[in-house]
Amino acid sequence: MEIFVSIIIGALTMCAVYMILSKSLLRIIIGTSLFSHAAHLLVLTMSGLKTGAAPVLVDGVTDYTDPLPQALVLTAIVISFGVTAFFLVLAYRTYQELNTDNMEEMKGTESND
Amino acid sequence: MINLPVFPIVIPALAAIIMMFLPKNVRLQRGLALGSIFVTLLVSLFLVHTVSQEGILTLNLGNWPAPFSITLVSDMLSALLVTTSTLLTFFIIWFAVHYFSTAYEENYLYVAMMFLLVGVNGAFTTGDIFNLFVFFEVFLISSYVLIVLGGKGVQLRESIKYLLVNVLASALFVMAVAYLYGAVGTLSLADLAQKIPLVDNPNVISVIGVLFIIVFGLKGALVPLHYWLPGSYVVAPTPILALFGALLTKVGVYSILRTYTLLFDVNGTFLQTFLIVLAVLTIITGMVGAIAYNDVKLIIIYNIMIAVGVILYGIAINTQTSLEGALYYLIHDMMIKAVLFMLVGMMIGITRSGQLREMGGLITRFPLFGWTFFIAALSLAGIPPLSGFFGKLLIVQGGVGEGDLFGPILVLISSLFVLFSVIKIFLNGFWGEERRQYDGPLIPFTNRLLVPVCLLLAVAVAYGFGAELMHPYITQAIEPLTQPELYIDAVLKE
Amino acid sequence: MDMKPKSNKRVNDVILQTAAVIIFFIIIVFSIHLFFSGHYSPGGGFIGGLMTAAALVLLLLAFDSKTLANVLPFDYRRMTALGALIAVLTAMHSIFFDLPFFTHAYDKFNLPLLGEETLHTAIAFDLGVYFVVIGVTMTIIQTIGESE
Repeated sequence: MEIFVSIIIGALTMCAVYMILSKSLLRIIIGTSLFSHAAHLLVLTMSGLKTGAAPVLVDGVTDYTDPLPQALVLTAIVISFGVTAFFLVLAYRTYQELNTDNMEEMKGTESND
Repeated sequence: MINLPVFPIVIPALAAIIMMFLPKNVRLQRGLALGSIFVTLLVSLFLVHTVSQEGILTLNLGNWPAPFSITLVSDMLSALLVTTSTLLTFFIIWFAVHYFSTAYEENYLYVAMMFLLVGVNGAFTTGDIFNLFVFFEVFLISSYVLIVLGGKGVQLRESIKYLLVNVLASALFVMAVAYLYGAVGTLSLADLAQKIPLVDNPNVISVIGVLFIIVFGLKGALVPLHYWLPGSYVVAPTPILALFGALLTKVGVYSILRTYTLLFDVNGTFLQTFLIVLAVLTIITGMVGAIAYNDVKLIIIYNIMIAVGVILYGIAINTQTSLEGALYYLIHDMMIKAVLFMLVGMMIGITRSGQLREMGGLITRFPLFGWTFFIAALSLAGIPPLSGFFGKLLIVQGGVGEGDLFGPILVLISSLFVLFSVIKIFLNGFWGEERRQYDGPLIPFTNRLLVPVCLLLAVAVAYGFGAELMHPYITQAIEPLTQPELYIDAVLKE
Repeated sequence: MDMKPKSNKRVNDVILQTAAVIIFFIIIVFSIHLFFSGHYSPGGGFIGGLMTAAALVLLLLAFDSKTLANVLPFDYRRMTALGALIAVLTAMHSIFFDLPFFTHAYDKFNLPLLGEETLHTAIAFDLGVYFVVIGVTMTIIQTIGESE
């Protein structure tokens, strides 16, 4: 199971890098959120994908799932949710201001100022 | 008062939340921001005092036992840095009160500044690596808000790049944390320090170590991860630039200092060489940038890189002397960079231009302003007995003591370049003839703006003159870094 | 409640508007269920808040932001602040009992109608999170939506 998820993580990262390297701002944002998805999956996978019981509710459970990575992932998801939303707003404002979403035209060279 | 370590984080957070209810009441915003940060400053001074008396303070949030809880650890290092960053934020907000128009202030300016302080103080205080990530995000999100305030086209364009770099760095941070958790099975710094030597395959730890350098290097602008720094910092308004330049890169450096002394055994390994090479490259790139540009903001921004390189060199050498030097220099640089950014911003506000060739003769009209800049410039370059001197001296001593000659010589040469770059600003900007009639918007406020700057500079100068008095504190701050057992015992209380 | 389908210049979406009004309440009730079930089972403030925000967004899609502002006159920025305040104060309450920050208190209470139940301060913290999530989500969506 871990191997399978690792391959998915690799594929996600690959797509994310491809998207981030493109010129369109919207694709870049989708790329970053794919990249953080890959990171979140990695947290879950690195700690082992066990199908045990929940650890706290009942006494005497021996084969339980590690709850910490899930807490970490939830926190990381919340943060990346907020940042992605902010990024989208920023991209939209930038598009309004500069009339372009092409990163080629957003270089900090003198001709673009 | 077992909760003492949490106060420098909670007080600004609470004040910021209250300020969010009344964004249009600018007077209340200013008063609450300055008042609450002043209280935070007093609390953090008390924290320094308590730590110096009682040793490392720890607080297990939620009353769960360490290492399972989120631990806040106030050792002398974090207490000193918390105090410094609170002090800086106090003066920068004071400066911002006079600098910004109400339109800015009504747009959650102070709220974002306060949350930035929350994040920075939290990052300095936290005792586990995942919460380091969380506090990084707190101050990063505040910095995103601050950097787009104003919403000019150039600013938005550069913010996108800043955001993109930091989002990727955050994802890499999560990945590094995942690998670390997979390899060691814990995230508390003290517990990690205990368990990392027991890991079977030390190469895994080296890989994770390099991943952490990439993450923190992106925040701290180490070469070759520095490319985002000049572009995005130069578009930010002065007080925000001062806040970023003084605090944000330094948090990256602090994180390297903390993790590399506590978790990854650097002495004599590949990682040490790697860090030294990065430090040297960063210093050289910074030097080239600082003398190449004629834009006053850019000159100081490249000086950030020199400072980061010098501090990183001290960290990489990793002896008692060099670490003391690195900490001395870190605190000095935070204060003096804030002063310089504010002064440079005032120059731009007076002359309406950032280019040196369009300035000149400012000292005849603003003598106090000119001499303040002169002292700050000398202090940055490390002329004794001003504050930059002792840090560099100790770093050089540490490097020579380890038999490295190239590094110390480069650090000394970099001082010359720093001196050259800031004196270039002084000679072209303040000396000489007035090129034209200056009509910048800041002219009527010059004296009022100078008050916080001069006070902060006075603290920085006092820090230099009182270096001997600071020494016991610095030594105490370095102890847990050279002897990680102290830190581990304090947190896990075995 | 004035939620009669308004004449819309673009398209005639009677079905969406009629359905949205009914589905809105179903989603809200489910989100409150998620919020309370979060203590022991999957759910909680974040997910409940997101679901409530989704319900509000549905109204926003079916009608427009003016109608939504008339029906639910909330200032979502203040709601964010309120949520953050509740969360931080809940976390802070333990300071006054000289316990570590974030220590969570609970006890058994005999509630009317519900019988004996345990009450936790964690639920207050979650309520704060719930408000923050609704506030932030709606603020962002309004920021993008308003300028169109």
